[in-house]
Amino acid sequence: MSAPVIAIEYVSKGFVRRPGLAERAAGLVTGGARATAVQALDDVSFAIAEREVVGLVGESGCGKSTLGRIVVNALPPTAGEVKFRGAALATLDPAARREVARKIQMVFQDPMASLNPRMRIGEIVGEAPRVHGIVEKREAGAYVDEMLARVGLDPSLRNRYPHQLSGGQRARVGIARALAMRPAFLVCDEPVAALDVSIQAQVLNLLMRLRAELGLACLFISHNLGVVEHIADRVVILYLGRVVEIAPNAELFRAPNHPYTQALLANAPRLDTKKRRFAPIAGELPSPFAPPAGCHFHPRCPAAMDRCRSERPALREIAPGRFSACHLNAMG
Amino acid sequence: MAPLLEIDGLKVQFSLRDGLVRAVDGVSLAVDAGEVLGLVGESGSGKSVTGFAILGLVDPPGRIAAGAIRFRGEELVGRSEAELRGMRGRDIAMVFQDPMMTLNPVLRIDTQVVEAITAHERVSARAARARARDALVAVGIASPDERLSAYPHQLSGGMRQRVAIAIALLHRPALVIADEPTTALDVTIQSQIVAQMQALCAESGTALIWITHDLALISGFADRVAVMYAGRIVEQGPVGDVLGAPLHPYTRGLIGSLLGGGAPGAPLAQIPGLPPSPINLPPGCAFAPRCPRADGTCATAPDDTAHPGGRTVRCWHPHAALETVA
Repeated sequence: MSAPVIAIEYVSKGFVRRPGLAERAAGLVTGGARATAVQALDDVSFAIAEREVVGLVGESGCGKSTLGRIVVNALPPTAGEVKFRGAALATLDPAARREVARKIQMVFQDPMASLNPRMRIGEIVGEAPRVHGIVEKREAGAYVDEMLARVGLDPSLRNRYPHQLSGGQRARVGIARALAMRPAFLVCDEPVAALDVSIQAQVLNLLMRLRAELGLACLFISHNLGVVEHIADRVVILYLGRVVEIAPNAELFRAPNHPYTQALLANAPRLDTKKRRFAPIAGELPSPFAPPAGCHFHPRCPAAMDRCRSERPALREIAPGRFSACHLNAMG
Repeated sequence: MAPLLEIDGLKVQFSLRDGLVRAVDGVSLAVDAGEVLGLVGESGSGKSVTGFAILGLVDPPGRIAAGAIRFRGEELVGRSEAELRGMRGRDIAMVFQDPMMTLNPVLRIDTQVVEAITAHERVSARAARARARDALVAVGIASPDERLSAYPHQLSGGMRQRVAIAIALLHRPALVIADEPTTALDVTIQSQIVAQMQALCAESGTALIWITHDLALISGFADRVAVMYAGRIVEQGPVGDVLGAPLHPYTRGLIGSLLGGGAPGAPLAQIPGLPPSPINLPPGCAFAPRCPRADGTCATAPDDTAHPGGRTVRCWHPHAALETVA
C-alpha cells in the first residue's frame, strides 16, 4: 500500500462537562457537584490511502463526528495525533498549517446549518478560494461558475440565498464549497442523511463521479450501512468511541466478524418482499458517561463470556487487512 | 366485509398567500381490520397530512376540501371536535415521528400515561397507575417503576418512542397511525420498535398505517403498500407485488435509487429532477416532467386503474406486471 494520505494514530478525545453555577450552588449543600467526563474516542487508529474511500459507521453518540472534526483539525485530540502525508497536524508551522487546512475539506450533514443564510451562493463558494489565493479576485466569478457546474448546479444560482434552494441543491453547494479549495482529502459527515431517497441517489452519484474524476481520498461518515456499502472501499465500525472492526467493504458485508457488526447488518432494513420477523438485539446504547467495563458491547452481546465483562479486547488482525476487537477470535 | 377504514377521494388543501397547496389531492384507500398498510412517499408527498386528516387534525389554513373518511362504516369528516376527541386514542391512535414533541416536557411519564387512561375510562388512580406500569412493560421498558417517575428528557430517544407507543396502545385501538416513528432512531433500536409494534398489533388485532419514506423498512412487514407522489397515490397493492414488479415509473425509480441493490460503486439509477412544488401543481400527471415514459397524453391526469391481484396504478404508460426489478 502506498503511503497513507491521512493516518490517525492512537487518537483519544475526552470532553469534560463542568458543573454550572446553579449546580455548584446545589453542590455546596449536597456536596455533589463534580465535573463529569465523556470519553468520546478511545485509542482510535487507522489510515486512509491516497484515492481511498473509508466508511466510518456507528450509531449516534459513538464518536464518529468527533473523529471527523479531529481529522479536519477543527478539534484537538486529547491524546494521539493525525498525520497528513506523514506530517503531524499539531506540530505544523503556521504556513504549513494553512496549506494543510486547504487540502483537508469537510462536507457537513445539514446544509442549512452549515451555509451562512445571509450570504449568496456565489460568496459561499468563492470566499475561501479568494482568501487562500487560489483565484484572483477578478477571476473569482468564473471560478465559482465552474465549481457550480461541476456539482451539477446552474451557475445562475450564484445570486440566490441558501433558503431559496432545495435540500438537494444545498447539499451540492456544500460539496462545491469543499471542492473549490482543491482538496486532497474530504471528510463527508452524513452528506446525504437529510435527503429524500431519489435526491440521495443523485448526490451519491455526484460524489462517486467526483471521486473518479479528481482522485480524492475520503472519510465517509454515516450511520447508513447501505450508503457505505455502495461508496466505500474499506469500512471502520465504531462503538462507544472504540474501533470494533476494520475490513474491506466486500468482506465486511459478506462475513462480518464482530458481533456488533453482525447485529448492525442483521438490523439494517433491506428491500425484501418476503415477510420476515425482526430479530433485534436487546438493550440500548449504554450511556457514554458510564460505559460498561471490559468490552463496551458485552451487555448486548449474545456471545458474551466472563472475560468480556472485565478485559478490553484488543483490535487484532484476524486476516490480512481485517481487524476485529473481540475475545471470540482469541479462542481459536 | 366492509373495511375498517375507507378513504374515498380525499382532498386536503391549504390556502396560503402564495397560492393553493393541494397537499392531498384525491386519495382513496382502504384498510382492513388487523392489516398493516405502508404509506410511502418522499417529503411533501402528502402522506403525513393524510394521516392527520383521518384523526381530524388538519387545522386552518388547511381544510378537508372534498372526500369521505369512513371508520367502521361511519363518516368522520364533519364530525364535531367533541366526537373526535372521544374517538382519538380510544378507537384510532397516532404515534408521531418525534416523541419529544408528543410528550409534555414538564410532566412526569406516569402523569401522562395515567391522563391518557382516564381520558376515556373511569378507573381509580391506583388501577390506572398499575395499568400504566403494565403498558410500559409490554413495550419492553426495563425498570418501569423508575421510568414512570422520570421526566421525558431523562429518557433516551428510543425509550421516549416506546412510551409514546405504550400510550397509543393503551385502549387497544382498532387502528394505529404511525408517522415515521423510527426515523429518528438508530437501526438497532429501530428493529426493536418494529418487532414490538408488529407483535403487539398482531396480538390485539390492531390495524396499522405505517407512514414512512423507507421502502426497505416497510418491505419486511407491511401487507399492502400505497406509494404517494405530489398528493396522490400513484400505485397501491400487495407489498410483494408492488415492490417486486412495480407498475408505476415512479415506484420503479424509487426502488432503483435504493442502496444495497446494485453492485457497489456502480451509478445508482437516479430519478432526474426535483419533486414539483406543491403550490399550484400543473394539470396532468405530476410525475411527467421526471418520467422516462412521459408523452403528450400525460398532460391529462390519469385516473386510478385497477390491475389484477388487487392492485391499482395511476399512469398512462404503466410497466407490465411481469417486468420484475432487475
